Amino acid sequence: MSKLHVTTTINGEPTEFLCDARETMLDVLRDRLGLTGTKEGCGSGDCGACSITVDGRLVCACLMFGAEAEGSQIGTIEGLAEGEKLHPLQKRFIELAALQCGICTPGFLVAAKALLDRNKNPTETEVRYWLAGNLCRCTGYDKIIRAVMDVAAELRGATR
Amino acid sequence: MSSQHYKWIGTRPNRPDGADKVTGRARFGADFNMPGQLVGKVLRSPHAHARIKSIDTSKAEALHGVKAVVTAKDFPEQPNQIVPAGEMQANLRDVTRNVMAREKALYDGHAVAAVAATTSEIASEALALIKVDYEVLPHVIDVDDAMKDGAPILHDHLRTDGLTPPSDKPTNIAKRLEFVKGDIAAGLAKADVVIEREYKTAAVHQGYIEPHATLASATEDGQVQVWSTTQGHFQVRGFCSRLLNIETSQIRVTATEIGGGFGGKTVVYLEPVAIRLSQKSGKPVKMVMERSEVFRASGPTSGGTLRVKIGATRDGRIVAADTTIALQSGAFPGSPVGPACMCSFACYDIDNIKVIGFDVVSNRPKVAAYRAPGAPIAAWAVESTIDLVAEALRMDPIDLRLKNAARKGTKTHYGPTFNTIGMVETLEAAKNSPHYKTPVKPGHARGVAAGFWFNVGADSSAAAHVGEDGTVTVISGNPDIGGSRASLALMAAETLGVDYDKVRPVIADTSSIGFNFVTGGSRVTFATGLAVVNAVRDMIENLKGRAAKIWEVEPDAVIWENGYAKPASSNVGKFEPLSLAQLAAQAGKTGGPINGHAQLNAQGAGPGFGVHIVDLSVDRDTGIVTVERYTAAQDVGTAIHPSYVEGQLQGGVAQGVGWALNEEYIYDAKGRLQNAGFLDYRMPVASDLPMIETVLVEVPNPSHPYGVRGVGEVPIVPPMAAIGNAIARATEVRMLDLPMSPPRLSAALDAMAPKRAAE
Ligand code: FES
Ligand code: FES
Repeated sequence: MSKLHVTTTINGEPTEFLCDARETMLDVLRDRLGLTGTKEGCGSGDCGACSITVDGRLVCACLMFGAEAEGSQIGTIEGLAEGEKLHPLQKRFIELAALQCGICTPGFLVAAKALLDRNKNPTETEVRYWLAGNLCRCTGYDKIIRAVMDVAAELRGATR
Repeated sequence: MSSQHYKWIGTRPNRPDGADKVTGRARFGADFNMPGQLVGKVLRSPHAHARIKSIDTSKAEALHGVKAVVTAKDFPEQPNQIVPAGEMQANLRDVTRNVMAREKALYDGHAVAAVAATTSEIASEALALIKVDYEVLPHVIDVDDAMKDGAPILHDHLRTDGLTPPSDKPTNIAKRLEFVKGDIAAGLAKADVVIEREYKTAAVHQGYIEPHATLASATEDGQVQVWSTTQGHFQVRGFCSRLLNIETSQIRVTATEIGGGFGGKTVVYLEPVAIRLSQKSGKPVKMVMERSEVFRASGPTSGGTLRVKIGATRDGRIVAADTTIALQSGAFPGSPVGPACMCSFACYDIDNIKVIGFDVVSNRPKVAAYRAPGAPIAAWAVESTIDLVAEALRMDPIDLRLKNAARKGTKTHYGPTFNTIGMVETLEAAKNSPHYKTPVKPGHARGVAAGFWFNVGADSSAAAHVGEDGTVTVISGNPDIGGSRASLALMAAETLGVDYDKVRPVIADTSSIGFNFVTGGSRVTFATGLAVVNAVRDMIENLKGRAAKIWEVEPDAVIWENGYAKPASSNVGKFEPLSLAQLAAQAGKTGGPINGHAQLNAQGAGPGFGVHIVDLSVDRDTGIVTVERYTAAQDVGTAIHPSYVEGQLQGGVAQGVGWALNEEYIYDAKGRLQNAGFLDYRMPVASDLPMIETVLVEVPNPSHPYGVRGVGEVPIVPPMAAIGNAIARATEVRMLDLPMSPPRLSAALDAMAPKRAAE
């Protein structure tokens, strides 16, 4: 099968890759580009472990073809920190123990950032529903929700 | 509370692996690769029960890009006997058959062959080319059906263990257990109220988000390396050694970061297959399960059928407790019916107890451990019945439990007498919690239930090394599944009297540290914690010896305090205290590197008790239950890192809510699993739950220097009954079967409706 040539931007870096027509973006990230921070929990759009952003939109990478990345801006967990400075969400997740095993964490962080990018002042209910596409089996979500609410407040304070 | 006098224990520092895990850097099972690796895939039985007449792999082998194919023929036969495998008890005859079906496929999803190929696509294509000639046999899914005369028999050689007189009839009942204390008939005769009910629970999956994954590399000289997402890399080594006849020293297993396990990653599925494929192909082989394979072929926990009879006197004293518990073990014997029987009434001090258990095989995947294996199933039935007793006696459910609570000196029905335990303290803490003191809101109803888990000790090894600059590495051998690196580092820092960030905890592979039993049973912070403390103490002895050398005094003239060697008294002489860094700098002159070691079989794991309170509302039209408020109180011994202790409680509750309200294995008439995905096997999501309040009760475990008790298992024990009890109060419908899912609850409510209308 001949491969498709795709030109895209990943975490701000212009990137090119070859992929099969039926290959998912998740497989491209993990197997071709070595970006294994994006996780696979189900491959069917049900767990959110593979959350990435495509032109700012939150997407399950397992439900997207690699070829669809052509010309778009892709954001993954590897692009969340700025240099050696963790994003406030990353920092707070550690401080508040919002992860136990940590397999769901990249997905939650990408999804939470996408929420805060469009809603600076979410209610607890809004956070819970926004993150309802991300499964966590370890934490019972309590500390995750608290961390996201905390960071939202912190960012509001910082930009006021 | 009790942690007041500690410097580090009881604080909440950042975990050592935090940065790795929030940046995507941490490497989990599927994140390991080797140059030239092949992709391994498994062919699985589409039948619940079928004789394998033949397997033709010739077409698959001929496919370009296929480098190896294996079937059961590639795995040596194993004896039908229970042997220690990596310190676990396992029947190797069964284990090898679960890894690769031999005479028969025993469940939908049972592995029958595997291939290794250069790409995933070719591997899939090769699977489709393998021809298995099956003779489909009648199957049985349900425990009750499997126990009936005339049921399809899974294993012709199986006889019921524990029968007197022994029977020679082929059966699906692998074992009968009995625990008796006192005289049940005499107890019942004294009772003013006797309640008896029959309950059922469904098989549920651990639901870890990370699928099983492994990478194996076998070399021509017989050595093997494995990277695996597992709760016990020593268990992986032990099983692979036995199943493939490879000496343990030739196998080196590295535990990757692990994306959840909850007991389900204590056994082997892929590892022996990947090793065999690697041996045959001469290349590294990577295997990752798909989610549907995780559901179909890796261990759920048992569903079961339980009968409970409890008798109490009018003043609320339970005088007799009787239960029969039959649990699915899946296709091979070995359900958690033992612990289910033992945990059933362990929360209470009851004079007359009789517990009978049955371990029953049926055409389902072999069960694996799931958080407090067996205990939640027993608690569902027992705690529901106790609630009925409280209702009948018009007593507050916490007061009834307080009146019967186990305490120090209570002799359990399974043998041991409790040492210091916190059941009473936990009940009182629940009673005094802000939640219980708040009146139930209109439209809501409240339920309470308790739970117990033994907690486990067992084998651990640890080492501590001082670096040239005086900072410390602590090495242990248990995969960190929920923050145990942090708790081990905290205990090491406390013992050594140095700052937390001067201690770096590391998890070593099977060739780099002595044996460690699995991460499971809530044992790591207790047992491996004890090994770490002992290793640090060993190192401190060493450090004192070095100071003694420098000062030219006897070693026992030196004490260790707050990270410094000091003279024991002024009689010893006037010496400036020596810091770790100073001692490390002179190590070469005083005897070389400074290390400490410890190995132990930890005894005295302190049992844990939990009491949960839930407020919920029920939508009578749809049967949808909304959890409005939840509090989990638990005796945690000493909370080493309170955030992760709270997290254990919260996570256990969430899993319990799923078990109570939605999760179940659903089979069709042909015995095929119908909901092998997260869409149809619905686990709680963030919008399903409220915040989960925790009350940490600290009754230190006298058998641990810092009072540690395991905390991870208990919190999944009470939720199902707490929720069922609240639903009963909300609707007057007493649900007896799990899950109390919307279709089932609304059917039960509909069945009630005519009765209500008539009233
Ligand atoms: S892996 Fe994409 S949603 Fe689960
Ligand atoms: S922390 Fe383990 S799944 Fe979320």
